[in-house]
Amino acid sequence: MKARRTFLSYSRFKNYIRRPHIVISFVLLAILLFIVLLPFAKMVKDSFVWQFADIRLSRHATPGELTLFHWKRVFASALTKNTLLRPLYNSLAISLSVSACAMTIGAFLAWLVARTDLPFKKSITTVAVLPYVIPSYIHALAWLNLFKNDRIGGAAGVFQYLTGLSPPDWLSYGYLPIVVTLSIHYFPFTFLLVSAALASIDSRLEESGEILGASRTYILRRITFPLVLPALMSSFILTFSRILGTFGTPYFLGTPVRYYTLSTQIYANIINRIPSVGYILAFVLIAISSVIIYLNQRLIGKSKSYVTIAGKGFQISPTALGRLRYPVLGMVALLCVMSVLLPFLLILWQTFALYPSDYSLKHLTLLFWIGEANTAFAEGEAGILRNPLIIGAAWNSIKLALTASVLAGLFGIFIGYAVVKGRHTRLSAAVEQMSFLPYLVPGIAFGALYLALFSHNIGPIPALYGTFFLVALVCVAKNLPFTGRAGITSMLQIGSELEEASETLGARWTMRFRKIILPLSIQGAISGFVLVFITVMRELSLIILLVTPETRTLTTMTFRYQEQGYAQFSSAISVLIIVIVVVGELLSRRLGRQGAI
Amino acid sequence: METPLIEVKNLRKVFGHVVAVDNVSFAIQEKEFLALLGPSGCGKTTILRMIAGLEIPTQGEIYLKGRLVFSSSKGIFLPARERSVGLVFQSYALWPHMTVSENIAFGLKVKRENAKSIAKKVDDILAYMQLDNMQKRYPQEMSGGQQQRVALARMLVNKPDILLMDEPLSNLDAKLRLEMRAEIKNIHSQTGATTVYVTHDQVEGQTMASHIAVINRGLIEQIAPPKTIYRHPANLFVADFIGYPAINMIKGRTGRQGDECGVFVENGDVFLRTTYKDLPTGMNVVAGIRPESILIVEQKQLNSLEGEVRTVLPAGPETVLRVRCGGQTFSLLATQEISLSSGARIKMVLPPDSILVFEQESGRLISEES
Repeated sequence: MKARRTFLSYSRFKNYIRRPHIVISFVLLAILLFIVLLPFAKMVKDSFVWQFADIRLSRHATPGELTLFHWKRVFASALTKNTLLRPLYNSLAISLSVSACAMTIGAFLAWLVARTDLPFKKSITTVAVLPYVIPSYIHALAWLNLFKNDRIGGAAGVFQYLTGLSPPDWLSYGYLPIVVTLSIHYFPFTFLLVSAALASIDSRLEESGEILGASRTYILRRITFPLVLPALMSSFILTFSRILGTFGTPYFLGTPVRYYTLSTQIYANIINRIPSVGYILAFVLIAISSVIIYLNQRLIGKSKSYVTIAGKGFQISPTALGRLRYPVLGMVALLCVMSVLLPFLLILWQTFALYPSDYSLKHLTLLFWIGEANTAFAEGEAGILRNPLIIGAAWNSIKLALTASVLAGLFGIFIGYAVVKGRHTRLSAAVEQMSFLPYLVPGIAFGALYLALFSHNIGPIPALYGTFFLVALVCVAKNLPFTGRAGITSMLQIGSELEEASETLGARWTMRFRKIILPLSIQGAISGFVLVFITVMRELSLIILLVTPETRTLTTMTFRYQEQGYAQFSSAISVLIIVIVVVGELLSRRLGRQGAI
Repeated sequence: METPLIEVKNLRKVFGHVVAVDNVSFAIQEKEFLALLGPSGCGKTTILRMIAGLEIPTQGEIYLKGRLVFSSSKGIFLPARERSVGLVFQSYALWPHMTVSENIAFGLKVKRENAKSIAKKVDDILAYMQLDNMQKRYPQEMSGGQQQRVALARMLVNKPDILLMDEPLSNLDAKLRLEMRAEIKNIHSQTGATTVYVTHDQVEGQTMASHIAVINRGLIEQIAPPKTIYRHPANLFVADFIGYPAINMIKGRTGRQGDECGVFVENGDVFLRTTYKDLPTGMNVVAGIRPESILIVEQKQLNSLEGEVRTVLPAGPETVLRVRCGGQTFSLLATQEISLSSGARIKMVLPPDSILVFEQESGRLISEES
């Protein structure tokens, strides 16, 4: 009897496990456990344990023993104010101000493009997205090239060169420039979100108002605005959480005047070999970010009924701007110039300047691009196009972006398959939620997690720190929420019947995957692939803690050169990155358009 | 008796807390055509998918051609690809990245037939389905009716003994649906394949099937040939679900007048005579009569009622009348020309041999023999 029951439960288990999506789910869970949960657990543990480097900090330190020292140091010590509170205040202040600015610009622009008779809408949309495509710290570099002063150290910028006036510190560094440059970087993000929300409103809702005799402004105020309000709040929250984890800009524009945010403070602590304190600060960042995203989910959950996807093909007749049409166009053009053209020109100009603060035409040079190695100059480094270090880094960047995007894309397809096939089961929900977790962890904190886990060997797995594999792994893990989501969406669109049809015709799973699932999901995966490629290409905060001289990328090279004061080199590399990502972006739009047919 | 081609025993499927299919049993003999008929969400598609092997039942047993393909107690589950049944999906499930030929050839390629024989079979089936010259087309370049034919061809080219169809006609317009109905019936008689056909359209079930299983909330209410289902519905649900306009239902209490058994209608002293030989008296019942069985007459007679015409709904050769009588509205279906307008008073007869009597509480039909 007992044997029979065992046999039965065994054969039931066998039937359960025979279904491919169950197997895939378990494999995915195991991988996700390793690349998402394990680093987190290790970081928690490290924050409670004396580290070897702590011997410098306390005479009680016995490496390996449990301690509350790090937590006390962050939350209840003389250092709390400078380690935690100031950076926290700065982070929140920056995030709030930037979200508000980016929101205002982005939402207004979205309304102009979606609902008015503004000319050149298509071109405006194309250009307005570009500031978000290039790495965020490039705006910071451009700002420095323009407003740097000579008091903090290093050479002065274009402003001082042209006017002879030395800009005050508050204009060169700190809160104001960070907010301005980040706002310029992030307004396309809100622009895209609000545009999508406006496009999803059933235009008949607005037309009903018009038929009942309401004026345009009344409709805007009483119908359109309340309908997009949830989307507005949601994009505010998402912008906020992204800025919270941003590293490059506050590093370049903040640290020279000791203006720290949580992200730069994490970096500083880890670099100064107090990693446990960095980890605890990363927890603070993760906690804030999680609360914010939880709020956003609740908000979206509640307001789902607002999104009325219908009435496609209809467009409410655009509001005439009248006499304001060209002045508004001028303003928008100015915005495009300031956010795209001007930064690019500033960066480009810098690369031709022989001496850092001399922008005169007679001292222009191509040395930093194609100059041969010469000990009289730049510590003997060659121009970037013939510098093996840079070429190596460029190759690393491309290799990294390709590896990460292919792996993350494939992962996404599998996640989509496992989640959609197992819909409404706990296993499916577990895979979906686990793959979403990296979204809660800001880039710099995610890098810190990986540093904590992989700097030593874990059982049979050797220490991965310093390997290309680890850098690729962190990029794959961080991008899983996006490719996983894309995979789920595309699998939902494909539906399960197409696979089932081949199953009833006798096809094994491997054949079903090869002949049906993969070809059908590859189209959706390609645009996701390009997105991840671009994201990784411009990634800095995620990998800055993990790269070593062998694995450095273009972005981290920019960072090093900027730190060493070679603005020409960092600018030249930035130009290279901009060219690569913009080409990638245009390519992805091409592919996207083809995919839609 | 020969072994049935498809046999389902005590089949049960639970999704979370929802019982989708509850203790369903039936058997289909070779060459029969069974329609699973019921309102949407009643579990009929789930039954079909369990037979196909796409859904694992919670409990029960399934035999196909005498072979046990699923048993919860023995721990047997044969996946869909090893059952060799043909399935047509509601959405057709044609692969958009393959041409018509590639779609149809798929099953043959899985079986590793040689290219020559595949090409021949594909051409033959395309000719049979009147899809010549469509080889290179992609599904999305075809009309709904053509897609439907490709879906049928993709299944038929493998010559399965068992055909399963999940509402295959529900995405077609009315005219095409009529055409395809004849086509599918034709295919069934030519191939002789045992067919299970899921539909919510009772006309489809009645015109095509040799047997109908009426399903409601995961349970089989009745399984019988179409005529029996219509004439002798096992219970009120079946009576109400089958037939349009719906059967008229009159609440009452059984009784006798002389030696005639009948029903005293609830709020009046009208006595409806029936042809039942014996009915227990004083029982709460529902008398049912089909709209086309009620006749309009000039003179008051046996089982006649008087009422006022409320609406007249002419529809081609038929006319539906809604007649108010007592506290109730009756539907009448007249096939001859009617020159009545609303407000007219008419007399109608409910012929005793057309009256079905159901138990009010259980809803069960009281059989005439009892």
